[in-house]
Amino acid sequence: MLLHDTALVYGRYLRQSLRSRFALLFGVLMPLLYLLFFGPLLTDLPLGAGGSSWQVLVPGLLLQLGLFGASFAGFSIIIEKGHGVVERMRVTPVSRLALLLGRVLRDATVFVFQAVLLVLAAVVMGLRAPVAGVLIGFAFVALLTLSLAALSYALAMRMDTPQSFGPAVNALTMPSMLLSGLMLPMTLGPAWLDALSHLMPFRYLVDAVRDAYVGSYATPHMLYGALVAVGLTALSVTVGTRVFRTA
Amino acid sequence: MAIISTAGLARTFLTKNGPVEAVRSIDLTVREGEILGFLGPNGAGKTTTLRMLTTLLAPTGGAATVAGCDLATDAAGVRRACGYVAQSGGVDPQISVREELLTQGRLYRLTRTQAVERAGELARDLDLTGLLDRKCGALSGGQRRRLDIAMALTHRPKVLFLDEPTTGLDPGSRADLWDLVRRLRDEHGTTVFLTTHYLDEADALSDRLVVVDHGVVVAEGTPSALKLRYGGSLDASLQDTFLAITGRSAAPADQTPVAV
Ligand SMILES: Nc1ncnc2c1ncn2[C@@H]1O[C@H](COP(=O)(O)OP(=O)(O)OP(=O)(O)O)[C@@H](O)[C@H]1O
Ligand SMILES: [Mg+2]
Repeated sequence: MLLHDTALVYGRYLRQSLRSRFALLFGVLMPLLYLLFFGPLLTDLPLGAGGSSWQVLVPGLLLQLGLFGASFAGFSIIIEKGHGVVERMRVTPVSRLALLLGRVLRDATVFVFQAVLLVLAAVVMGLRAPVAGVLIGFAFVALLTLSLAALSYALAMRMDTPQSFGPAVNALTMPSMLLSGLMLPMTLGPAWLDALSHLMPFRYLVDAVRDAYVGSYATPHMLYGALVAVGLTALSVTVGTRVFRTA
Repeated sequence: MAIISTAGLARTFLTKNGPVEAVRSIDLTVREGEILGFLGPNGAGKTTTLRMLTTLLAPTGGAATVAGCDLATDAAGVRRACGYVAQSGGVDPQISVREELLTQGRLYRLTRTQAVERAGELARDLDLTGLLDRKCGALSGGQRRRLDIAMALTHRPKVLFLDEPTTGLDPGSRADLWDLVRRLRDEHGTTVFLTTHYLDEADALSDRLVVVDHGVVVAEGTPSALKLRYGGSLDASLQDTFLAITGRSAAPADQTPVAV
């Protein structure tokens, strides 16, 4: 039943995404601009990491794409709540977990699609990375999208207006982006900043994806990254389902 | 036999400005196959009660059973037995009528073929056949309401909750909806629990009325019993009876001081 319901909810929201193809492409615009106008600034800088500057930047941009895209996923559910669609579904026997999973899996699908576009553009710009590493990168960011989207839906279920939701999400995502070293490695900064950034779960994800992009798969970064990603996903989906059950 | 029974059902909302006791304590029973008119002024707690009885909102006090299923312990059973038309509907304006009907069927666990078949039947019953390929957002108010009702009937529920189903409908559509409600009861034995602010509608349609105010039941009985008791005579209008019950105007004539 869970599978049936999840597939049903997933299909409904995937069709919704396909109806707004413009938004689908618009999502990649911001990281694409960073790639085009910020990326070239880094090519000759010593970033203190193995590989080219693209192998440092692109993993950060992928996570940025996931971070911003998924954090605002909740907007759509605020609109749906206004139309009464959420209550209409919650009145049916449909699985509560499926109401959440179908939506976050759609978000992960959209993200992976956008991530592929971004990586293709990066290859044109000069990125060279092992295929396995790139695939691992997609997996990490899919997990990030799943968990952030779940949290975003959970938060949105508790809010009534987009006006209160937007600022709340912004207040959370901006520091997360800056503190996790998505643009430049945190190791370049002073020790206090580096230490502070270790409190950010995304820091571990970006370190892991950067390792993957230079072909080092058996590293402590990879282990921590994987643990954080799985832990975060489990936690977020639990929180999200609970909110869908009771909200 | 009681298909719905509640005891001390209550819901308090915690808001920034302190607690709001939307429903204080509701005790009522509804017999199988009955059409119950649930009346009360704005803010009386009607929608909140319906949302509790349909498992959307957890009660903060009391207990209830719907179709033999306990609200607190068998939400799944309650959901299978109930259809609910919310006060403000529940369809996505970007999606076509056909897709919404099909999705609803699938949410109620019909197979794809069954869902297609059921969508066709519902469209015929509620006069939506010509509108199946329209976006829900492009329907008129009355057409939207018929769609909302079709969605709630998808699984042929034993109990149908209608929250102000005829608000915004023209007289013809209202009469059609009354016919539909009667037909559901007569042909399928469906129990109908409906709220309305149109007292002529409550009068014409309901077997029994329950009037709530400030979150408690303040009167109940058949329309004529209430008229006799609160309106002073069988010929009293339900309007005057209602106003007398909820204290929103002068008391019934026989209690009014002669000097006035
Ligand atoms: N989510 C909520 N949070 C806080 N207060 C609420 C909430 N929902 C309803 N209320 C309050 O509870 C009371 C009862 O509301 P309810 O919607 O049940 O009334 P109603 O009888 O359906 O009224 P109407 O006839 O206007 O639809 C109102 O005072 C309302 O403001
Ligand atoms: Mg109401």
